[in-house]
Amino acid sequence: MVELGAQLAGVELRNPLVLASGVLGVSAGTIERAAESGAGAVTLKSIGPKPRAGHPNPTVLEWGCGLINAVGLSNPGMEAGAREVEEAVRRVKVPVIASVFAGDAEGFAAVAETVAAAKPALLELNLSCPNVMGEHGVPFAYEPGSAAAVVGAVKARVRGIPLVAKLSPNTHLLSGVARAVEGAGADAINMGNTLGPGMIISLEARRPVLANKAGGVSGPAVRPVAVRCVWDVFEAVKIPIIGTGGVSSGRDALEFVMAGAACVGVGSAVAWGGPAVFRRIAGEMRAWMEANGVSSVKELVGAAHG
Amino acid sequence: MGKPRETVMARVLEVRAENPRVKTVYLDFAAKAAPGQFVMAWIPGEGEKPFSVSFCGGARIGLTVAAIGPFSRKLQELKPGGVLGIRGPFGKGFKLKEGKAAVVGGGCGSAPLGFLVEELRRAGSEVVFVNGAKTKSELLFAARANAAGARVIVCTDDGSEGRKGFATDALAELLESEKIDCVYTCGPEVMMKKVAGLCAQNCVDCQASLERFMKCGFGVCGQCAVDGMLVCRDGPVFPLSRLARLREFGSARRDACGSVDA
Repeated sequence: MVELGAQLAGVELRNPLVLASGVLGVSAGTIERAAESGAGAVTLKSIGPKPRAGHPNPTVLEWGCGLINAVGLSNPGMEAGAREVEEAVRRVKVPVIASVFAGDAEGFAAVAETVAAAKPALLELNLSCPNVMGEHGVPFAYEPGSAAAVVGAVKARVRGIPLVAKLSPNTHLLSGVARAVEGAGADAINMGNTLGPGMIISLEARRPVLANKAGGVSGPAVRPVAVRCVWDVFEAVKIPIIGTGGVSSGRDALEFVMAGAACVGVGSAVAWGGPAVFRRIAGEMRAWMEANGVSSVKELVGAAHG
Repeated sequence: MGKPRETVMARVLEVRAENPRVKTVYLDFAAKAAPGQFVMAWIPGEGEKPFSVSFCGGARIGLTVAAIGPFSRKLQELKPGGVLGIRGPFGKGFKLKEGKAAVVGGGCGSAPLGFLVEELRRAGSEVVFVNGAKTKSELLFAARANAAGARVIVCTDDGSEGRKGFATDALAELLESEKIDCVYTCGPEVMMKKVAGLCAQNCVDCQASLERFMKCGFGVCGQCAVDGMLVCRDGPVFPLSRLARLREFGSARRDACGSVDA
């Protein structure tokens, strides 16, 4: 019998698959569906201080090897967002992760405190959105000091809910950022956000297709980069990792586990397989483990590090 | 992953006025679309919005668009030889059921229904098209449905053509006097909610095409959620069995922020 159960900062998951933030998670209803479709935990879309429409369309596009998006942190603001979290916590039968963002550390702390009152199982700090640089500057997760300042500010205001720092692959200081957020009190790391930003140009229109011109790249094309990032973070810190980036099969998920991920984020794969991808990926993980005599996924965490 | 659904710049072949507010833009775009499916239409520098396919065949599609805001007005101003970015078709369209059909359209919600009537007729169904609008000049595709061999019942709120009153009143009478096997509807959600209610009361099958603010169009962003259903991927056409369980059907929708307007 194969055990897929995972643990993340004291929270028990029936399997390691986590619906990534920004995918489906606009409402309690959609993340409930992801949970019913087999996800081990589900993350809502990032909530910020104020209602925000984000970038105009086109915002999300498919391309040859994945997706590119510049949604631009659209959200209903922290009060309405907290109500959505509350409803999700009430309805969804697996752990609910609330994601938050703001333009500065104090803003983060205020949003985190408001959202924490809705009692999500975990609170994820989106330090790494690549699509709002015009407004918010370089993402916090590009640099150890800025990342740690946000985690520290939130840690001082929120008690009793584990904090997940969502990092970015787009920094040459990744190990330092990981150590900095661990030092500032993060209970886990989500590694990580979209790659890039990238750009798609329509030859016939002679223009970038995204209204924001550039956007975060996700899907199968980014997986090798994301696996290497998880590897580096695993070497740098002791706190558990959610490995996210281009997972669309059980083998992909186990690759992240062997790189050091205790849990595995799934996002873009929903574009091709629908919410049903969770059950399929979990089944494929189980089948590989059975065929290879592995009884618990926990045995494989970091296995590739030798 | 399948074949990526990238944006294709399609050439405008023809623009035809359907009524004073509504035009059909015909595009050089080969696609197999079912009535009720939609495409995302991109005007560089202006934006991107979903539109149902209103004509499809012979390597071209038509999008029938009402002039509502800046984007739809720009779309209507396209000239033959111009281009429009298209990705899709997306979503699940109407499922053609055997037997006698009633097709109920309200205002520019009739956009996909002329195409549907033609397909139902091609499949051999007897069709009654209840074409409702505020006033005579806003009727859409009544002549097209008639040409396809449907019986057309025109209803206008102001009585300027056909019977005075709502399409739902005409449907209620129809369901009492004739045996209808399936009702297909597209239009204002308050109308469709009423249509679904009438169908449920009369034990008649029903399919309704919903509309929500969309971003991706292929079921990943979650923006167009109605309860747990994604209008872009699970819909836009939903059967009565599903509609009856959607709490937000006819009562709530989300804006670009994701805020619920109940």
